[in-house]
Amino acid sequence: MSQAVVAKLKGAFPATVQEVKEHRGEVTVTVKREDIVQVCDFLKKEAGYNFLCDLCGVDYLGQQPRFMVVYNLYNITTKERLRVKVAVPEEDACVETVSGVWSTANWHERECWDLMGIRFANHPDLRRILMPENWEGHPLRKDYPLQGPGREPYQGRLS
Amino acid sequence: MAKKDIMTINMGPQHPSTHGVLQLILELDGETVVKATPHIGFLHRGVEKLSENRSYHRALPLTDRLDYLAPMSNNLGYVLAVEKLLGITDLIPERAKVVRVMMAELTRIKSHLVWLATHALDIGAMTVFLYCFREREAIMDMYEKLSGARMTSNYFRVGGLSLDLPEGFEKDVRSFIDAMPGHIETYEGLLTGNKIWQKRTIGVAKIDADAAIDIGLTGPALRASGVDWDLRRDNPYSGYEEYEFQVVTRQNGDTFDRYKARLDEMRESCKIIRQALDKLQPGPILADAPAVCLPPKEKVVNSIEGLIHQFKIITEGFKPEPGEIYQGVEAPKGELGYYLVSDGSANPYRMKIRPPSFVNLQALPQMVEGALLADVIAAIGTLDIVLGEIDR
Repeated sequence: MSQAVVAKLKGAFPATVQEVKEHRGEVTVTVKREDIVQVCDFLKKEAGYNFLCDLCGVDYLGQQPRFMVVYNLYNITTKERLRVKVAVPEEDACVETVSGVWSTANWHERECWDLMGIRFANHPDLRRILMPENWEGHPLRKDYPLQGPGREPYQGRLS
Repeated sequence: MAKKDIMTINMGPQHPSTHGVLQLILELDGETVVKATPHIGFLHRGVEKLSENRSYHRALPLTDRLDYLAPMSNNLGYVLAVEKLLGITDLIPERAKVVRVMMAELTRIKSHLVWLATHALDIGAMTVFLYCFREREAIMDMYEKLSGARMTSNYFRVGGLSLDLPEGFEKDVRSFIDAMPGHIETYEGLLTGNKIWQKRTIGVAKIDADAAIDIGLTGPALRASGVDWDLRRDNPYSGYEEYEFQVVTRQNGDTFDRYKARLDEMRESCKIIRQALDKLQPGPILADAPAVCLPPKEKVVNSIEGLIHQFKIITEGFKPEPGEIYQGVEAPKGELGYYLVSDGSANPYRMKIRPPSFVNLQALPQMVEGALLADVIAAIGTLDIVLGEIDR
């Protein structure tokens, strides 16, 4: 069923869909960054993905482009999931906001900005959410030290 | 029009009715809330960052501390996610699955009891608090018997369970669920027909189905707005498809309906637990996946192979093949999701937790704007938030 949605998406945005992957029965579609809002809008209105479960950033330090922003969608009618991803380069870590499509994206995007340092253009209220306002750096980036900045690295064992 | 005098007041983070360290900046016009701005993050411990630096087994205890009122639900979501990532979901033995369901439902009752107790206390019904905590204590004792801890259970394991049920545990659970429906009647007797309770809850903090979906509400808060969606039935996990239960929905989407929905959910949980007890058969509690599961303790202490096996799993962990998965479970407060990315190493490359309370809290401003200040207290209570999982 998810494959049918992917085919539909490819039909509507032939140049946008960059990669389709399936792992453990879950479909992940990577799309172009410029088209994310149109893709989300299409998936919500035409494919019934009316619920945004989760939105987060992943830091693939050392790869080009460095970041991925991941949208976990859910269709409350057919009870199906779909994952959409966009690649975000480090130099221009910015994606258009989808809070116009699902209001719930508002806080998720704030968290992604706060912890991962990815900006969301046209976001209504892009402030830090978990860390203090004056915090420097973005803790979930892979090059951010676990112990926090300006402290000795942890000497004990973690794993 | 006359100029309005807007007064800005601070509520929390040290305020008993904010259920933890939630801070609200309220702009008031007289008694009416014009704008509410939640500030969160006071309890941020970096769980996601920490888990990236630990092996999969060692990240499990961190999940207890998310929603500390429902630790086993968090554990369940995490172990299911890791099992999916490893591709061993089908190997989980029947007994482990049934015990997981039973404990997850006891946890739901436990979480709802704290919700009811504190919610009622917040809006003035004090007696219920004591009754609810009495029943919760019984569940806490079961937790203690089972895992040795009252709150940070850390009982489930990737692949099954850490220990089998102790002697007499089933009898305890059965006598608890025999008594529980009567206790729920008591709570209802104190509240449902109570005029003050009705005035404080009916029509308060209302949200309709479309707005609720748009803002991302899940769990009883969404179902009370008339959306018939429960992950246990719709995307079953851990064998939930074999149980018979009703998904409780209500139509009004106000505080009273969320109250009724949660109470009915507790009754349904009792039914599920009863079915689980009837299903429970002796059998293995860990999957036959030696690369993932720790060997039984007798083997570790009695044989060198067992010791080496345990040593290897503890020191090296296991390495799921590269890939990414999302696993959602119906936690007491809504959809708890784990998004895991593996790069083929023994640590999660990225673990994103989707805490239900975080998303549900987002609905607070639109629920209270235009309402009275006193209704803010009711709205916070009815959303059933836990700051441990909001701030992570």
